Amino acid sequence: MATTETPAAPGAQREPNHAWRLFAVWFVLALAADLVIWFVWKPHLPPGDMSSSAQHQQFDIAVLAVTGAPVVVAVLLYFVYAIVVWRAKPGDDSDGEPIYGNTKVQATWIIGTSAIVLWLAVFGTIELVGPAGAGAGEGPSPIWTLAGKQTTSWAPGTNDILEVQVIGQQWTWTYRYPQFGGMESSSLMLPVGMPVAFHVTSLDVIHSFWAYQLGVKADANPGVDNVAFVTPKATGSVTVRCSELCGIWHGAMFNYGQVVSPTAFQSWASGVQAKEQADGVLAALPAYTLTYDPTVIPQLGKNIPAIDGITGAAGYYYGPGNPVTP
Amino acid sequence: MSVVARAAALTAAFLIVVGLGVFTSLYYIGSASTQLTTVHYAASNGQVNVVLQEDPQNDSATKPDWVTYYTQDPTSKQWVHTTLFTVPAGVKVNVTIYGFDGCTPLRNNYFSQVQGTIGGTVTVSQFDQKGKEYVTNDTTSVINSWSDCNVGHTFAIPGMNIYVPVASPNAQLSANNLCSSSPCTTSGNPYAQETFSFMSPSHGGTYRWQCLIPCGGGYIDGNGGPMQTLGWMMGQMDVVS
Amino acid sequence: MAIETQPERAEPTGRGPEVIARRPWWLSPGVHTGLIGAVIGYFFGHWLGNFLGGDYARSSLSDANDVAIVLGYLFAVIGWVAGLGVFNDLFGLMLGRPLPEEGRLIGKEDPGLGKYFRYTLDHKVVGIQYLYGMIAYFLTGGLFAMAIRTELLSPSYHLIGPEQYLMVVGEHGTMMMMMMSSVILGPFGQYFGPLLIGSKRVAFPRLEALGFWLTPAAYVILLSAVLFGGFPTGWTGYEPLALQAQSGEDAYFFAFGLMGISMILAGFNMIVTIINYRAPGMRWSRLPMFVWSMFTVSFLQVLAVPVLVGACYMGLVDRTFQTSFFTNQLGGSSFLYEDLFWFFGHPEVYILALPGFGVISEVVSVFCRKPLFGYKIAAAGMLGVGILSFFVWQHHLFDSGINPDMRPLFMLTTELISIPTGFIYLVGMGTFWKARIRFSIPMLFALAFYFNFFIGGISGVFLSDVPADTTEHGSFFVMAHFHYTIMGGLIFAFFSGIYYWLPKMTGIKLNETLGKIHFWTMFIFFNSTFLPLFALGLMGMPRRVFEYARNLETLNDWVSISAFLLGGSILIFLINFVMSMLFWREPEVGNPWRSRSLEWQLSTPPPPENFKRVPVILAGPYDYGVKDALPVADLNPPPGVIGSAYAPAGAGEG
Repeated sequence: MATTETPAAPGAQREPNHAWRLFAVWFVLALAADLVIWFVWKPHLPPGDMSSSAQHQQFDIAVLAVTGAPVVVAVLLYFVYAIVVWRAKPGDDSDGEPIYGNTKVQATWIIGTSAIVLWLAVFGTIELVGPAGAGAGEGPSPIWTLAGKQTTSWAPGTNDILEVQVIGQQWTWTYRYPQFGGMESSSLMLPVGMPVAFHVTSLDVIHSFWAYQLGVKADANPGVDNVAFVTPKATGSVTVRCSELCGIWHGAMFNYGQVVSPTAFQSWASGVQAKEQADGVLAALPAYTLTYDPTVIPQLGKNIPAIDGITGAAGYYYGPGNPVTP
Repeated sequence: MSVVARAAALTAAFLIVVGLGVFTSLYYIGSASTQLTTVHYAASNGQVNVVLQEDPQNDSATKPDWVTYYTQDPTSKQWVHTTLFTVPAGVKVNVTIYGFDGCTPLRNNYFSQVQGTIGGTVTVSQFDQKGKEYVTNDTTSVINSWSDCNVGHTFAIPGMNIYVPVASPNAQLSANNLCSSSPCTTSGNPYAQETFSFMSPSHGGTYRWQCLIPCGGGYIDGNGGPMQTLGWMMGQMDVVS
Repeated sequence: MAIETQPERAEPTGRGPEVIARRPWWLSPGVHTGLIGAVIGYFFGHWLGNFLGGDYARSSLSDANDVAIVLGYLFAVIGWVAGLGVFNDLFGLMLGRPLPEEGRLIGKEDPGLGKYFRYTLDHKVVGIQYLYGMIAYFLTGGLFAMAIRTELLSPSYHLIGPEQYLMVVGEHGTMMMMMMSSVILGPFGQYFGPLLIGSKRVAFPRLEALGFWLTPAAYVILLSAVLFGGFPTGWTGYEPLALQAQSGEDAYFFAFGLMGISMILAGFNMIVTIINYRAPGMRWSRLPMFVWSMFTVSFLQVLAVPVLVGACYMGLVDRTFQTSFFTNQLGGSSFLYEDLFWFFGHPEVYILALPGFGVISEVVSVFCRKPLFGYKIAAAGMLGVGILSFFVWQHHLFDSGINPDMRPLFMLTTELISIPTGFIYLVGMGTFWKARIRFSIPMLFALAFYFNFFIGGISGVFLSDVPADTTEHGSFFVMAHFHYTIMGGLIFAFFSGIYYWLPKMTGIKLNETLGKIHFWTMFIFFNSTFLPLFALGLMGMPRRVFEYARNLETLNDWVSISAFLLGGSILIFLINFVMSMLFWREPEVGNPWRSRSLEWQLSTPPPPENFKRVPVILAGPYDYGVKDALPVADLNPPPGVIGSAYAPAGAGEG
């Protein structure tokens, strides 16, 4: 370091080279930390590896940790060293050396931190735009090529993208499968190994669809279609929680999904579709659209104002004397 | 100020602050437990009968004037203005709901479908204000809230996947004659009576139940007000083992 | 002595200026008249609201007229402020009466405790008022936090009902985020700002004092939400849930907007003071780092907070007069609220963080007995953080369904902001190099600041990365991140400041033993409370929930117990503060830390006009270890040195 040191009095101890000491210890610790993170910790990092998105996120977090660990080690090590080595001896009232700055140190720091930050930004962008990379809101037309084929009827064993509409309402999740006649279900079933497109929307306030093991989080906004692509890679249970405060039961708004084999999925979905057809539920559902305006109910149409005893809905919540839904 | 005066002022301030804190905790923060009663249902022969009713907003004694559920106390048969009740674990719960409120379309018509009850059905009877029963014991698995005016509210326990549309009296027949003072009685008011059953889980726990039909008058989307207040249109079912 | 004119009481004042009778304390305006004004104002506003808007369906059904409540709050605040005497000078001028003497400006005429309960224009009095106020607000917010952690002891049993739980969560968050933005700027910024730049006063003492007196009003209004069942939206107030909410939400919007106005006034005043009232010789390159942080933060306040006030206003009219700014189906957009809020919200968190950097930079230099390493880099860091903070707000909306092509851009800007933040660490680390470190209590808190903020900052890098953010957004990971940066940063810096500066403000020092106990318990329990939250978030626990996966119960219980113990450590501080100030009163009137800084060269407490004569600044405050260093200022410059431009009214005495 380029600071001028006062020449030592004869017989006095030579000032140890703090910089080399620090560097040596830092190097060992940082290397050890990086190795532990990469080889021991990485397979266990959240959110697991049950889907393509989750695997990419695991890798991403591991790289972030490996980049950050040397920085953490450096700063913490330096402070500990400083506290130990440069504490004032009891009774010592003198001042320290008047070091106002050091251009080399400052320049190195600025360049170093900028380099790390730019590396992280570039890496993050690459991870984000890789196919089904981040699992959160890529929008309906992502810039990368889709992992599968968009089709109106879905068949197992192909690379058809399964469209799943996630409808959030206060305070429960339901799922519609347009490729199965638009049938709706309160359980989320998905086929393993085949691409899935989630279309997340809400009927009232802002919710957020967080399928933890799939590494998918997409806010459900009313009147908005938020799209997230993912490919499940292993069968198992998926926890779905709401992660945007949506009212009093936000904390209780969760359910569980299942990833099963594609043929099992198809038989489940067709079964539900058939049952809802027979029950008349399918006919009672609104037509499948990417967003819904629940205040417009064509089936009830003009009858609503004419029917007394209707206590709400269809935008008449402000009362008869007040402005009404246009 | 002298030491004594300072000590006195400090003690007084301390007591005031602690008092305010305790009062706020009990009266406001803990108000769900301190100000709402819980109705307890006991089992006999492995079954309990839970009886609820839902009333329209009707300018009566309830303040605020919102749509609300009432729970019937099993021993006194009185209607208690609460939505908290307990049932034993591992028994068959027979629920009877009296629907006094008029119809409102569901926000998500999927919940017209009955889910989670024994048999997947509910049994509905509808009465007009003169007591004439024009629908008798109709067992059905779907009550479509978008085709006719037959669904007033829902009773849903999402944690157990139970979703039940609650029938309303038919508005065409009963318009303008809905019950006008809460808790409602069956004489002189049009109503629907609905029964269904489900098995309570074998382990204890707290399950929220809610209505899925927005009926908060004056709130955008109708999801405010009673829909978000314990004791009105949503409640808790405690399963005690 | 001043004749105080009160518009409400038009007494015949035929007396000349020589015959002055001091009014009894209960006749001059103060907190008591303010309260009377507030109550009268509230009833008037409430009546007016019922008159205007009483028959909206929502209000007639739920017996809670939002228009009445909001207008009630508005007139209550006007009444509060009028009762305090804020408008007296204004009306006096309009009526042609001359402004009262500057004696009132510096609290000279009010030697007792009374001046703390009035609209006093002395910035030092305002600083002390802020100190007590901020401690009260912090403790209230902390009590709500204890309630949250009590509910979270069990994953499924509910001690508190769901509505009340969200009320508690919202009150805690809003109380902290709203009020703590002034926790350092208020007590230390207002008190020491002018002292550090060598000024006798601030530029706009009336605005500054008004800024303080709006804070108790905002506090009471926010707490009044409890009477209405609270608000279910948390401190972010997202629409359309906020539109659905009951009357407590009005209290939230109004209180937040009011506090915003207070922040704007305070920031505006501070900018003008720092630019115009520096003593001769106080070049920008000699400005203490704390003043740099105040300067930057004041710009953030003036530029970002008006957006919040706008958003709160729009939220209020949506709820009262049925506009539809934020209602999708009526032509508005819920995204509009999110953007407006976070455009304010991100600079807000830097308003919270930067004063902490400033205080710590001061403390570290004194207790290392070394100049601040890289003064220019530190100032660049402050300014860089401030400027960049306006360009990152979309990182709160990464998963919200925004245009996905925007996300790499905001990822870049958010990661860039860690560069100027890193400068603060460079400066700190450089100051430690070959220093002579003394571990006084302020220094202990400063070291804890570096540690805590570092953890918070590194976790921020994880959050800024969009793929990683997918799991972390809206989970307890975010909670841990901002508690580490805000509580671990700002609040630790606040405590460092209070142990450092209380002797100068009051002449009393806080008990050292209790102080050390406070530090160690707070540091240990703070980390044991918030470090596990990173794991909880990554394991799938969302924010603001009261039910969570059963396998997370043990960790949550550990966190809750630690949180109670953390509350206990803050209680230790409170005991220390109360006992030291009220009973023990150990005097400390010199310069116990042997600081070179300008405020420590004055008497304790500083004279009412700060400096008998405007000083001439001779050197920077960080010249430790320099042989024959000049003192930081010449407090008795020869007469005639000062140009009249720097001598405000009252220089005639000097």
